[in-house]
Amino acid sequence: MKKWVLMGVAALVATGAWAAKEMSVQVREGQLRNRASFLGTVTGTVAYGDRVVVNQTMAGWCEVATAAGATGWIHESALTPKRIVIASGANDARIGASGEEVALAGKGFNKEVEAAYKQQNQNLDYTWVDWMGKQVVSEAQLVNFLQQGGLAQ
Amino acid sequence: MKNPSMFKRLGFATVASIVLWLAAGCESVNQLAQLGTGIAVATGSITTNEAASINRATTAVTKTFEDITPEQEYYIGRTVAATVLAGYKPNSDQTLNAYLNEVGQALAMFSERPETFGGYRFMALASDDINAFAAPGGFVLVTRGLLKCCQAEDQLAAVLAHEIGHVEQRHGLRAIKTGRLNSALTILATESAKNFGGQNLAEVTRAFDESINDITTTLMNSGYSRKLEYEADGAAAAILKKAGYRAGALAAMLENMAKNWDASRKDFAATHPAPADRLAQLRKLGIAPDFGSNNARQQRFLAATKAL
Repeated sequence: MKKWVLMGVAALVATGAWAAKEMSVQVREGQLRNRASFLGTVTGTVAYGDRVVVNQTMAGWCEVATAAGATGWIHESALTPKRIVIASGANDARIGASGEEVALAGKGFNKEVEAAYKQQNQNLDYTWVDWMGKQVVSEAQLVNFLQQGGLAQ
Repeated sequence: MKNPSMFKRLGFATVASIVLWLAAGCESVNQLAQLGTGIAVATGSITTNEAASINRATTAVTKTFEDITPEQEYYIGRTVAATVLAGYKPNSDQTLNAYLNEVGQALAMFSERPETFGGYRFMALASDDINAFAAPGGFVLVTRGLLKCCQAEDQLAAVLAHEIGHVEQRHGLRAIKTGRLNSALTILATESAKNFGGQNLAEVTRAFDESINDITTTLMNSGYSRKLEYEADGAAAAILKKAGYRAGALAAMLENMAKNWDASRKDFAATHPAPADRLAQLRKLGIAPDFGSNNARQQRFLAATKAL
């Protein structure tokens, strides 16, 4: 019996099913929370490209740990299994990255391309788009809105 | 084996065609291609170099909207929103826009894709056209004409949930024509792109320009397919229910819209199926019009929309 259990464990380890899964943060800024809900208390923050270890998953949420030691729940849509290599200057971390990683390295359609596009389309005005970006609903405001309206929490 | 070179050529052609055929409809094409070419190399049908060539070609043809990262989607969305705003004046009513963002955020967290790179944002447009636009990444713009079709917060929530549904399902990115992204995303995956200067930037900017055109033409002129519109309605119904709104509010809003529907107009009527068709689809999901709300929601809805 013991032999079979040991063989099972060995098979799990060999297939990687036993190993904790590493993921990258794919949103500009993400919050870790004390429960699997956007209304859970924030226990830490993560930034684009941060690597996290997924300890468990539940209904679209992942309980993760960061290299800095923070732990908490984050929605799976904020994570990607791909490694994100952040660009930092001319001789940056992109060198040596695989094609897949380079494509995620803050390149592609980015701020630089937007600037080049604006040069060619000077009639376009991003003022209101920038304004939209600043329309943040605070957590306290959102909780109050949900409670007052008798909505799900 | 009478003619090994001919057999080898046939083997190469067969593997290449299987791989390209797979590329048309399989999500894991790259892995399958690598598996296929690996087997072909092992059996001696093709050389390692030929296998690498097939794998590179497969990678090039499989650049689709799914290869666009959330960060890239965010930058596409910004320019799509700026393009819509070149044709529509924003409504600068701060009370209304703050309210739209509260309703929108309350809904977004119940969508299947609550997290986008920069988050969901909502703004009203000062136009009597009946229209709404969901730019990739979560920039949602709604006209005064469409807001006036809503008689309750639940119905307004239905409009925003439909737009969130388009973002959730990445419908905007799907409007980018096949092949547009090959040059941009393939360039980025090559060693020569490390410096990203001159020629590369120009080529990526051209792909960006073409992608923006594809999306804005779809959003503003041709519209999504009926299938995608019904998919967004289905997503909206699910979001409304999870958020605690009345799922039938979407059908109620569509009944209001039907009263103002003019099929000859060049706004919503040009880019969306008629309300009657959408109502019929919702009925298939067991959703009937529900004009209700609750008192607190109704009071704040009336307060926020009184200037419309």
